[in-house]
Amino acid sequence: MDPVDLEVEFNGLVEADQRIEPRDWMPDGYRRNLIRQIAQHAHSEIIGMQPEGNWITRAPSLRRKAILMAKVQDEAGHGLYLYCAAETLGVDRAELIDQLHAGRQKYSSVFNYPTLTWADVGAIGWLVDGAAITNQIPLCRCSYGPYARAMVRVCKEESFHQRQGFESLYALSHGTPEQHAMAQDAVDRWWWPSLMLLGPSDAESTHTSQSMAWRIKRFTNDELRQRFVDMVAPQADVLELTPPDPELRWNEARGHYDFGECDWDELRRVVGGDGPCNRQRLAHHVSAHEEGAWVREAAAAYAAKHSAVGVVAA
Amino acid sequence: MSEQVREPLWEVFIRSRRGLSHNHVGSLHAADAQMALRNARDVFTRRMEGISIWVVPSASITASSPDERDPFFEPAADKAYRHPTFYDIPKEVKQL
Ligand SMILES: [Fe+2]
Ligand SMILES: [Fe+2]
Repeated sequence: MDPVDLEVEFNGLVEADQRIEPRDWMPDGYRRNLIRQIAQHAHSEIIGMQPEGNWITRAPSLRRKAILMAKVQDEAGHGLYLYCAAETLGVDRAELIDQLHAGRQKYSSVFNYPTLTWADVGAIGWLVDGAAITNQIPLCRCSYGPYARAMVRVCKEESFHQRQGFESLYALSHGTPEQHAMAQDAVDRWWWPSLMLLGPSDAESTHTSQSMAWRIKRFTNDELRQRFVDMVAPQADVLELTPPDPELRWNEARGHYDFGECDWDELRRVVGGDGPCNRQRLAHHVSAHEEGAWVREAAAAYAAKHSAVGVVAA
Repeated sequence: MSEQVREPLWEVFIRSRRGLSHNHVGSLHAADAQMALRNARDVFTRRMEGISIWVVPSASITASSPDERDPFFEPAADKAYRHPTFYDIPKEVKQL
């Protein structure tokens, strides 16, 4: 087909809310944009295992430990669903991991903050997973089929993540004064990073308008942030915890909560590599990857010996 | 890039319960078929989403090309008479 016709057909499919599938023709920019977004999303799931993984051995009960392991394992699964969606666009997972290690692809800045106490695990489930869900639900209707399908699986699993976090935090905030203080401290530290998880403000977001035109995104970052705040602000009341935002209050006229401005300089700093844990997170990923090399090599050697489907070294 | 093992890609199909066919759910990398099955169990059936898994090397799948989509599926397009709604039947006829 003529390239112009191809583009017309592609735009027609997108506008009719149809899904684009891997072997359809698509503009290079659409493909690049999706690879960037899906890879960043996949890396975030995988790197996001670290802050919570930090508490698995020290969870306060067997129940909490089993829950936390299941959650962290889910995040690994989310990363894999997403890498496989990205691979349908013609990139290799190994390439994406190389790019992450080389600092050419990013992951969510929220995972560059440390988990200092057990309450952080609850705050992450409630706030970080809550913000992630707010972002991911509209992505279930993303124009790219494999990404949308991965998001459906992810969203099904995420709801337990947020609930377990809320439950854990609720137990602390309704416990002893020390436990309440620990829960409040965790919310103080995770509130703003969770709001910033939804991306830079619309005025500064470089990808939003094109992504919306391609129906990769359905809502702007600021719209998602408002939704998130509207969801968690009343939940904070139930928790009897106070978000660290003096401007947070219900606005009857708007039918939404008003809230303060994020510290965008902080977001830029953390995205730029200067958060509290950037180097540690990446170094850990690199070493886990390298330390696993012998397992992959052994499996490949075994497969080469026993199976018709060969493994190639690249 | 350092010398790296590239594990082949496998397509994963899952039968969610008896009476249903296997459905494609995604893909994953594994060194061999047994590893692919185990990985598929861990990645796609953590909540009892399946009772049977197939894994197929992605390279073994032959797909119709989207470029030839129109001519390829064309033979079916002008055969409306293959559908029951094509036929005019008097209204009073029941159960037909
Ligand atoms: Fe996740
Ligand atoms: Fe999660």
